[in-house]
Amino acid sequence: MSDPREPLRLSADRDLCAGAGMCALTAPEVFDQDDEEGLVVLLHPAPAPEHRAAARMAVGLCPAEAIALNSRDATDS
Amino acid sequence: MSRPPCPRRRTGCPLDPPAGLTALSDKPLRRMRYADGHMGWLVTGHATARAILADPRFSSRYELLHLPVPMEGMVSGELPPAPVGDIIGLDAPEHTRYRRLLTGKFTVRRMRQLTERVEQLTAECLDAMEQAGPTADLVEAFAQPVPALMICELLGVPYADRERFQGQVATIFDQTADAEAKGEAYTALLQYLGELVLAKRAEPTDDLLSDLTTSDLTDEELAGIGGLLLAAGLDTTANMLGLGTFALLSNPEQLDALRADPALAEQTVEELLRYLSVADPLPRSALEDVEVEGQVIRAGETVTISVQATNRDPHKFPDPDRLDIHRKATGHLAFGHGAHQCLGQQLARVEMTVAFPALFARFPTLRLAVPPQEVPLRDRSNIYGVINLPVTWDKE
Repeated sequence: MSDPREPLRLSADRDLCAGAGMCALTAPEVFDQDDEEGLVVLLHPAPAPEHRAAARMAVGLCPAEAIALNSRDATDS
Repeated sequence: MSRPPCPRRRTGCPLDPPAGLTALSDKPLRRMRYADGHMGWLVTGHATARAILADPRFSSRYELLHLPVPMEGMVSGELPPAPVGDIIGLDAPEHTRYRRLLTGKFTVRRMRQLTERVEQLTAECLDAMEQAGPTADLVEAFAQPVPALMICELLGVPYADRERFQGQVATIFDQTADAEAKGEAYTALLQYLGELVLAKRAEPTDDLLSDLTTSDLTDEELAGIGGLLLAAGLDTTANMLGLGTFALLSNPEQLDALRADPALAEQTVEELLRYLSVADPLPRSALEDVEVEGQVIRAGETVTISVQATNRDPHKFPDPDRLDIHRKATGHLAFGHGAHQCLGQQLARVEMTVAFPALFARFPTLRLAVPPQEVPLRDRSNIYGVINLPVTWDKE
């Protein structure tokens, strides 16, 4: 298991999104759906420590591989 | 080595998959002979199923699929393409275009806003059931009307017309109905939706079908999509409520745990979805040669994903044949996976999360009115469930 204290960077791809809502269901503090198309809206690309476990779970549950975990090295700028 | 056909539903416990399917879980992907003689594949492993369902090299187009179980009166290999609006049988980009018009209507937020309304409809059904009691067919009194009332209201389909379309929907999912009867039922359903679409165009009301008339969808597309949403809304959650009640009554220690802590309702619903897997199986066909689990699935070969088996894969769910509402059942494939994952799943979750606890709170002494082995099963339907569930309770 990943260390929950480790910073987390997330990305979301609305072109891939199937609008199933698994992310908004699983990690509502981190992901939402827009009202028009129901596609993923990333609320917090770097979620607070208490929301990281749920965010990781949401990434694993996404049916369309539309949200991803990025390593800190790859995304820090 | 012989290539066995797809194991069929329920030879033992009505809540378990056929014996042949559970035994396959150590071999996630294997050859299977189809009804028309096609040599395709059967998937029983959870990880393999997920990978295939998320892979665009596997198609959902009906005309490319071979059926794992025969349909009466159908000659092999002649599945027609998806009728207009039946987006289950389409691939991207056509599927994506239609789906995007719908996903905004079924978001987590919008479905949760229906909670109070589902509570009201559920209470009304329970009132009627209680007054007519102390016996009932739970399917007729509760499992069918709760989701039917909600989907009708959401779509803008008059509930009073339910007698007209409920039978048509049942025929469409019935594996014993011949191809001609299915065709007639589908035509009749589309005819009904087509009339409704014209009425909504002329006089829009506050509902999903009226909303969609402002999109660029044609009348024919709208009727097809309306038919799909209606059928899916009527016959899926209803079977989960009926079979789920049967499952909980058959596992009294689980039911007691739910009664003791209604906060377990959400995870109970997930566990019932996993354990019962009523919408099964999911077929796909390879568009090109794809290597999976060290084997090559050739272009044109059909893969049947057994949702029941994958949801009882011991590598994913320890002690999988045990109904355990304390389990984290998330990650089950009861709603499918990939671009086609159930559009209405958040509605189904809200309906079940409300309905199960309300039922058991209203009738603390609810029990089967017949021996469990006499409960009639929908074992020849694409959506599994109980045909009736005779129940009784003590009147106060």
